[in-house]
Parts: sequence; structure tokens; C-alpha cells
Amino acid sequence: MTQHGAAVEGAVRRLLAAPLNTLLSLLVIGIALTLPAAGYVLLDNLREVGKSASGVQQISLFMAVDADRKAVAEIESRLGQAGAGKWRFVPKEDALKHLKGNEGMAEIVASLPRNPLPDAFIVEPADAAPEKLEALRQTMAGWPRVAHVQLDSAWVKRFDAFLRLGKLAVTLLAALFAAGLVAVTFNTIRLQVMAQAAEIELARLIGATDAFIRRPFYYFGALQGALGGLLAAALVAVAVRVLAGPVAELAALYGGAFILRGPGLVDAGLLAGVGAVLGWLGAQLSVSLSLRRFG
Amino acid sequence: MIVADHLTKRYPGGFDAVKAVSFEIGAGDMVFITGHSGAGKTTLVKLIGAVERPTAGSLLVNGQNLSALRSSALPYLRRHFGLVFQDQKILFDRNVMDNVLLPLQIVGLPRREAVRRAQAALDKVGLLDREKANPIALSGGEQQRLAIARAVVNRPSVLLADEPTGNLDAESAADIMAIFESFHQVGVTVVVATHDHHWIERYRPQVLRLDHGRLA
Repeated sequence: MTQHGAAVEGAVRRLLAAPLNTLLSLLVIGIALTLPAAGYVLLDNLREVGKSASGVQQISLFMAVDADRKAVAEIESRLGQAGAGKWRFVPKEDALKHLKGNEGMAEIVASLPRNPLPDAFIVEPADAAPEKLEALRQTMAGWPRVAHVQLDSAWVKRFDAFLRLGKLAVTLLAALFAAGLVAVTFNTIRLQVMAQAAEIELARLIGATDAFIRRPFYYFGALQGALGGLLAAALVAVAVRVLAGPVAELAALYGGAFILRGPGLVDAGLLAGVGAVLGWLGAQLSVSLSLRRFG
Repeated sequence: MIVADHLTKRYPGGFDAVKAVSFEIGAGDMVFITGHSGAGKTTLVKLIGAVERPTAGSLLVNGQNLSALRSSALPYLRRHFGLVFQDQKILFDRNVMDNVLLPLQIVGLPRREAVRRAQAALDKVGLLDREKANPIALSGGEQQRLAIARAVVNRPSVLLADEPTGNLDAESAADIMAIFESFHQVGVTVVVATHDHHWIERYRPQVLRLDHGRLA
């Protein structure tokens, strides 16, 4: 433990010894991690949008315009038997009233000779799996006096496919930048090993084990990577903060309420952890190659 | 304690620096390795200190055969020796105290105890009042004393020195040799490689005289 403590202390001392170099390395690592991290945050937000949209997935069942109360009661009974989930009945009168309430529609509705809208049922299915929804839609379409059944699930599928594609793209991007981070650490450590050649040579001669010599470099790489990860989390958080207002305004213009979510403490910890692991890996590769010349 | 039997060191390229050398050094002995430049003194010191490995013959140190020892075990064996190098190998990016602390950090001694021991070692060589100084500010003799403090701080059973007075004036050289003698007096085995016969006459140690890698 004493040696591990000394190695960590040594790593911190090295980071502080050349503040400009440290800052530049942290910036490179931070930016390298920021891009995939921002991608993940974006996808996470989109996934939330998708979830909330699919959570209220509905099937609209429109009766024939001339369907009577008896036909409506029959459909109500069949919905109960089919275990379709929750539903509510929207009488054609209420639908017209709602239409009238929309801006600019009052005059148009008033000019109509009669109510053109049908009675309708809005069904929120218990099972939102796409194949179950489609089966339910087909069943409903076959019921008497049903004019049209509308299930708008295609966009959910497209959105899902888009999210999967986005996730793959971000994963590839993350792998690319992870390699970049390893390379940055590799080079930083290589320069450090060269700068400390005298100390390493002496330490070997007076009984230092391989682990003793390597340890400070490992901790340095991990520490640098972790700090880079935290910097990336901070950069993404700032970007989200800057974008949150305009995004909320845009969402309001489309009649929705959407709050852009930035990285939380867990995400920041995860980024720091990933940075530390990659930094450690870069240090390990570098030290293994650089120490060969010391025999 | 140190038993060499037909000890040979051949460097890549076929040069035999040490050829079939046999000797014994007992615990607490003071031994000088002498010979002209290129006779193999430094190589023999490195072999005894487990810095180099023999290519033939055997070298037993405290009963351990260096030729048969695994590479991973070498660092632990090296800790039994205090090495004073010809070029001193002082680290100029840290102060005197931190130079002496290095061997203790290697063995994982707690900081408080390590500082106490380092101060004792510096006191022994007369450098306690310079513990905060950068080694660059020390004279040649003081730098050599610092190297000795670093070599003895781990309380080694064998103190090995390669031409420790080579670059020093007569007064500083005498101080350094007196320090080695003082360690010998308290039971430390001292092995010094030197080409200066003046010290042999003065301390009358056991002598291993090398000539072209062989014991003369």
C-alpha cells in the first residue's frame, strides 16, 4: 500500500510538474471523449422522446358516420372481450366541438351543413409490441360498422431503426476516439520514460522490481485519462446547458414540452472510469515498449 | 558468503571481460579489486552486485547461485548490496534527501521510518545539514558521500564500490575511504574496485588483482 500511495503521489507530482503539457494533454483527451459522449447524450435524449411517444401509442377506431348507439355499444362490448387495454369513447359531437375550438376552424365548421365526423374510440393497448398492435388493428377492422382503424406504428419502427443506427455510429466513433486516447497516453508516457531514464536505470540497479518502475506510469495514465473523462463530461454538460433553452423553445413551437438532459454524476463517473481504463491501457503499452531498452 | 567458481562473463561480440575467476569473500571482509584499466574490475563488481549475470561458472551470494536465479528474483537479491557507482548515478531532479530515500521507497518502507533512516545515513557521511540541497550544489566529494549514503541506507550486508575515489582530490578521496573503513569496522562486507595502490598499502585489505580478466 505504501508503494501504491507513493506511486499515486508521484503521478500527481508529474501531472503538476508540467502544467501546460498536462493541460494540453487533458484537452486532447477531453475533446476526444467529448464527441462520443455527446453522441450518447443525444441518443439518450432521443430514446427518451421515443419512449414517451411509444408509451402513449394509440389505435384510433372510427365508426361509420351513420353508425347508431347500438353499434357503438356492440364495439364497446367487443373491446372489453378482446382485452384491448384502456379505451375511451369520443362521440362525434365532442369531436366537432374540439375541432371548432382549434384556431381558424370555427368558421369552417360552422359552414358545414352537418357533422362530418364519426364516433370514435381511442384505444391504448395493453401490449404495445408492434406485432400485437397490428393483430389488434386487423381484428378491430373486421368488426361491424367500423369504417377505419388507424395504427401509426411505422414511425416508431423507423425511429427505432434510426436510434440503432445512431448507436452503432456513436460506438464506432467512440472506438476511434478511444484509440486516439490510448495513442495520446502512449506518447505522453513514452516521453516521460525517456525523461526519467536515469531514475529508471538507477532504480533497476538498486533492486526495483518491474512493478515498482511501471506503477507510477500506470497511475499517471489512469489519472490523466480520468481527468480527461471528467473534462469531457463538463464540456458536454456545458453544451447541453447552452442548447437546452433553444431546444425547449423549439419543442414548444411543435406543441410539446422537452427538456434536454445532460450527463449526470453517474455518467461523469462512467466517463472518468472509461478514461482511466484507456489511460491505463495506453500507459501499459507504452511502458512495456519503452522499458525494453533498460533490459 | 560470496563464492566465485570459474566465474566468466562474455559480452556479446565474444569479449571475455572476466575469465574463469575463483575466489571467496567472507562476511565482514574488506576486499579491494585492483588491476589496470580494462582488467575487468567494473565487470566483476557488477557480477557480484547481480547487475550482470555470469555466462559461465558460478557465483554464490549468501548461498544463492546467481547463474541459476530467475530474472524476477534478481531485484530482491540486489537489495542485499549497497552499490556505489563510478559515475555516482545521482538524480539531479530531486534533493539530497529524496536521493537517499529512493532505495527505501523500493523496499516499501513507510515514509516516517524511511526519513529517519535516510537522516541517519546522511549523518553517517556528514551530509545531514545538506538534506534539502540539490545535489548539483554539492562538491564532487559530497556527491560521492551522497552516493554512499544512498548505498548504505538499506543496511546492506555488502557494500560494493567501483572506483569511488577516481574523480576526487586527495583529501576527499581519503574521507571516502575512511567512510568505507568505518562500515567495515561495524561488520559490513566492503568490496572496492580501485586502481590506486596507495589505499591497499594504507588499509591492507584482501586483494583480488585482475589482469585481462584473470586473477593475477
